[in-house]
Amino acid sequence: MAKILRKLRLAPGINEFVVDAPLIARKAEPGQFLIVIIDEKGERIPLTIADLDRESGAVTIVFLEIGKSTMELGQLEAGDEIAHISGPLGKASEIPQGETIVFVGGGVGTAAVYPIARKAKESNKVISIVGAKNKETVIWEDKMKDVSDRLIVTTDDGSYGRKGLVTEPLKELLEQGGIDRVVAIGPPIMMKFAALTTRPYGVKTVVSLNPIIVDGTGMCGACRVRVGGVTKFACVDGPEFDAHEVDFDLLLKRLATYREEEELAKRLFLERGRK
Amino acid sequence: MIPGGITEPGTTVTIKTGSWRNFRPKRDDSRCKRAGEPVAIGRLERFVADWEIENGLRLPERAKPTGKKVAVVGSGPSGLTVATELAKRGHEVTILETLHRPGGVLVYGIPEFRLPKRIVETEVESIKRLGVKVMTDVVVGKTMTVDDLLEEYDAVFLGTGAGLPLLLGIPGEDLSGVYSANEFLIRINLMKAYAFPDYDTPIKVGKRVAIIGGGNVAMDSARCALRLGAEKVSVVYRRSEKEMPARNEEIERAKEEGIIFMTLTQPVRFTGEEKVDGIECIKMELGEPDESGRRRPVPIEGSNFNIDVDQVVIAIGQRPNPLVMRTTEGLVCDDRKGIIIADSMGRTSKKGVFAGGDVITGAATVIAAMGAGKRAAEAIDKFLRGD
Ligand SMILES: Cc1cc2nc3c(=O)[nH]c(=O)nc-3n(C[C@H](O)[C@H](O)[C@H](O)COP(=O)(O)OP(=O)(O)OC[C@H]3O[C@@H](n4cnc5c(N)ncnc54)[C@H](O)[C@@H]3O)c2cc1C
Ligand code: FES
Repeated sequence: MAKILRKLRLAPGINEFVVDAPLIARKAEPGQFLIVIIDEKGERIPLTIADLDRESGAVTIVFLEIGKSTMELGQLEAGDEIAHISGPLGKASEIPQGETIVFVGGGVGTAAVYPIARKAKESNKVISIVGAKNKETVIWEDKMKDVSDRLIVTTDDGSYGRKGLVTEPLKELLEQGGIDRVVAIGPPIMMKFAALTTRPYGVKTVVSLNPIIVDGTGMCGACRVRVGGVTKFACVDGPEFDAHEVDFDLLLKRLATYREEEELAKRLFLERGRK
Repeated sequence: MIPGGITEPGTTVTIKTGSWRNFRPKRDDSRCKRAGEPVAIGRLERFVADWEIENGLRLPERAKPTGKKVAVVGSGPSGLTVATELAKRGHEVTILETLHRPGGVLVYGIPEFRLPKRIVETEVESIKRLGVKVMTDVVVGKTMTVDDLLEEYDAVFLGTGAGLPLLLGIPGEDLSGVYSANEFLIRINLMKAYAFPDYDTPIKVGKRVAIIGGGNVAMDSARCALRLGAEKVSVVYRRSEKEMPARNEEIERAKEEGIIFMTLTQPVRFTGEEKVDGIECIKMELGEPDESGRRRPVPIEGSNFNIDVDQVVIAIGQRPNPLVMRTTEGLVCDDRKGIIIADSMGRTSKKGVFAGGDVITGAATVIAAMGAGKRAAEAIDKFLRGD
């Protein structure tokens, strides 16, 4: 059981929960994730650990209501309990020293980028690009500003910041030169295009993959991804991988495995309302 | 007594549930092809019943509290046995389990029709009544390490099983629709995907399903696929039926249920664009005996053929998960086999750390795991009393 200490609606359909999880807060490092299960009928939902407070034992998760489970999670309020929480899972991010790093966050991926950027800022120059659909859905702008030497915001519709995709300012920065590393986290399609953008410049690029996860501890291989022609279990070998080695098309195909079931569950949930 | 240290099957059993009765072994099959273990794994059902009668229905006596604390990592048969035995001897026991439900393979692997989950739940309840604390959702090696545990506990038992699925390493294996047996069985048994959408975790219901492998896990996977609603389920195995590691009765049951056996057949690649739609196989013949004593399967050149499938389950074996081994200082392991090295009493190279079950033998049996648990409990008790 884990109590929700605070709930913040960051944007329509995007929630921030601060959850009481002292065991996870004690050990978690940037780049790791946790698993929540809403109730005994629930699935195991992987979510990035976006922030934490070791002393109070609280961890922060940010999620987009995208399917049945995340919608149901979004209906919980501060004071409610989540049936199960476990972690931290996956490997911690590799934090270099003395580099100039561009962090790219797409959608709720921004919350996943934040703890890595914060740690990286201690010993590197950090430039951040945060992308969202529109002004309303830009999240954690202030937090990102705090951990970046420079912050660029883009929106698809131009309602805030620069109009366009994150890959445009990314390309400009690469053109200017001096970039040692790019870390891109967001929807798979965004990560794929970030990788394509950086490839011609030969700049090391890291992505955090979000395949289907079941146990999250290396037991099942549901999270199989191909990296450099080799099969990896993203939950234990990742979730971060060299973007130029990742087979994004396979990731997208595997992510589509349960599309019909996801649609059905969502439809039934919306028809029925809260359980 | 049989090697698990439990009453001879047949002496105390009362048949309790319908599903139980259905799956009572038709005949005793004492042949066991693994690791020379002289045990009939087919007695699992009766075995657990015996256990329940011995431990569940009347609460065993508890010795005076010793003030010693033991952490048991993993809640499979080995961990549950160690916990019971040590609690009876008056030690304070906490079980730490990575999954959200205790029971190990008994809850995530072995299907309901073979072992009703209610029985495992009853077991866990009776262990709790003995004073054992069960903490789920704790991933040892991540949430805390064995070394962390040693600061709080006087001894640690590792019963983490063999939960890492082996794969074939052939082209197309990562296509959507290709499952490891662990994923397939975890979705169905632990997550209850057969009850989707009432339960949230989905599973694909294949029409033509191929199960790769010939062990008990393959038979369970095949029979699960059939129960989910598959039209045609084939077991694809590279040797002949005689060499199949599954128990004879499991093979018989699978056949009775209409599962097709394609023996002397080895997949060479999985085909498909968006998802798997076929397997290219090659015919095999048996050559000279290999190191396991079984005749080695040799491909027959030019015998390749294709089968149409829309779901594949790979059940070619499991190994212990390396998570604990990689994060515990001074724990000697056999890297080739991927197991923790321990003596017959479960003592490892690290002081205060004991291990038993599949994690020290590689995938074996419930009875062997429980026997290991009993022996390790004895060794831990001795250690705690300073003998
Ligand atoms: C599908 C299937 C069918 C089988 N059928 C039979 C049968 O009919 N008869 C038979 O005798 N045997 C059978 N077996 C084998 C038998 O189940 C195992 O030999 C037995 O369960 C081993 O017990 P164990 O206690 O060593 O480990 P497990 O039962 O594997 O339990 C290990 C537990 O440890 C947990 N764990 C692992 N890592 C960690 C960690 N880092 N931190 C915390 N917890 C951790 C796991 O989640 C798991 O719950 C079958 C196995 C499978 C997979
Ligand atoms: S999610 Fe099961 S192995 Fe990664």
